Amino acid sequence: MTSQSPETPSAAAPAPDGYSRVMGPDVLQAEHIGKRFGAVTALVDVNLRLAKGEVLGLLGDNGAGKSTLLKILCGFQQQDSGALKINGQEVLLRSVDHARSLGIDAVYQDLALINQLSVYHNMFLNRERLSWPLLNNRSMRKIAREHLDAMGVNIPSVDVDVARLSGGQRQAIAIARAVYSDAKILLLDEPLAAMGAKEVAIILDLIKDLKRRGDVSIIIIAHNYGQALEVCDRINLLQHGMITLDKASNDTSVAELNDIVVAEYRRAMEARQRA
Amino acid sequence: MSNTTEQSGMLVGLPGDDPGNAGNGALDRLLRAAGVFGRQREATIFVVAAALLLYFGLTHSSTFGSRANAIDLLSEIAAPIIIIAAGEVLLLICGEIDLSVGFIFAASPFVMFYLNQYYGVPAALAIILSLAFGVFCGWVNGFLTVTLGLPSFITTLGTGFILGGFALYTSHAEPKTIPPATVGIGNWIGTNPWSQFIWAVIVVVILHVLLTRTPWGLHTIATGDNQLGAREAGIKVGRIKYGNFMIIGFLGALVGLQTAFYQVTIDPLAGGYQPMFYAVTAAVIGGTAMLGGSGTILGAFLGAMALSTLIDGFDILGITANLLDIIFGAAILIAMIANVQLARLRARGRT
Repeated sequence: MTSQSPETPSAAAPAPDGYSRVMGPDVLQAEHIGKRFGAVTALVDVNLRLAKGEVLGLLGDNGAGKSTLLKILCGFQQQDSGALKINGQEVLLRSVDHARSLGIDAVYQDLALINQLSVYHNMFLNRERLSWPLLNNRSMRKIAREHLDAMGVNIPSVDVDVARLSGGQRQAIAIARAVYSDAKILLLDEPLAAMGAKEVAIILDLIKDLKRRGDVSIIIIAHNYGQALEVCDRINLLQHGMITLDKASNDTSVAELNDIVVAEYRRAMEARQRA
Repeated sequence: MSNTTEQSGMLVGLPGDDPGNAGNGALDRLLRAAGVFGRQREATIFVVAAALLLYFGLTHSSTFGSRANAIDLLSEIAAPIIIIAAGEVLLLICGEIDLSVGFIFAASPFVMFYLNQYYGVPAALAIILSLAFGVFCGWVNGFLTVTLGLPSFITTLGTGFILGGFALYTSHAEPKTIPPATVGIGNWIGTNPWSQFIWAVIVVVILHVLLTRTPWGLHTIATGDNQLGAREAGIKVGRIKYGNFMIIGFLGALVGLQTAFYQVTIDPLAGGYQPMFYAVTAAVIGGTAMLGGSGTILGAFLGAMALSTLIDGFDILGITANLLDIIFGAAILIAMIANVQLARLRARGRT
């Protein structure tokens, strides 16, 4: 296992330009996070903050390091350098379970749902309620129903197999499961990828609802700038392993984000032509 | 079609189940019951098994319907297939297979024999250690498959050869008579005409509950359906596989002891591939997916009953063993085609 280098500064890193705190205290801070895979440097120096109840959009091109950052934040991988602070306390996340015990939960693109199991069994996967030694299906069914209703997730029945639900419903259940398991920091990996407008609406509604409740902080990895601006309080743009833009959603626009990325493509093309 | 359909469909009713406003007419209720029944994955194989039993029972009532044949069919032919099939269902669901179980079957009674005859271990303890030997074989299969990363097909092919060789080599390929000290307990295990079938029913009930009503069962399904997802949910996938290998190892040893006691002889050539392949066939025609993720113990039970009825019935009809294989192979394919096509039809009707 790797650990952060000893010369990590203990003082908070200076915030990148445009950062304005509008929310509660920071629940998560990443300071000077670096990660290499052999000769490839995935993350150079990432500084990122997430305030309580905030929804942060993490944008960036393929290969910019979004997935690597997500994996470090949820304990799946460890950074080579830099530090993570949760509620102001520096921690080295040893594993996904460790991160989960600290209230950090990731909803992966593959959703970790079991198609062949019912919605309520998926909601309680690996946290089953028992009347020992048997499953207490009645209790799980009831709680799942209540919890999904409370979150406004609309599915025909908690008894249906997950395989029979739509992409949006499946995503909603994965998010509801993480929230139910008491996640305080939710990391959503491309929750809107490959979804129709109706499906996107389900998830955006769900995220807005969580935002209104204010006790869950969310980082959304997204590709679609419009959707990200719709639901996020703040946008971070990750380029070449660094956060190059950090602005409140109100202070930026799809056009600005597009321009930055288009400029990057131009530079890449020019570099190719020179070579 | 999932494992939980069976529970959910039955108890609560899926969306679209309700044919309009549910009337109180008996016919309406009957139709609805038929609908629920038809959606059960075990329905097809239940009909097949029942039809075979009826056919042979009606056309050959004096022979097939006799008490002696009932014992032959249920205890001698069906019970070993049922018990091994129940174990294979758990393994197949979590994405693995055990080809070695028939050789655990062959080797375990010898462990009992050697311990009792050569090392003076008391009968009861020798039997327990023989069952423990089966569990240990399962653990080794788990270790090679999970920890060392071999495909279970190869793992169990190798351990199967070793165990079969162990039985042949140590016995000098000679059958042994059951040690006298073990005869008393043996009665409970397999000598009594009905004990094998009773054990088979007990195993089916226990494993059915394990699969459908406990976290172990859910995690087994999760492991086979979405291994990465199961792992991300914190399920210890490796432990599930180890456990299921050990369960079938235990069952292999149990069946080996039963057969030895029933025949009052420990035969190094007992078991082998045939009961294992019958068992996998029973599991598959009973609705278990070869690629993992779904399957039911009851389906495997019914599949084993259908196969055993065919074996026994053909025997009574006087069909020679060679011809029997041809008919048997065709019967397996027909049963599978019916199962797969019906499942497709059902899936189309539901979504």
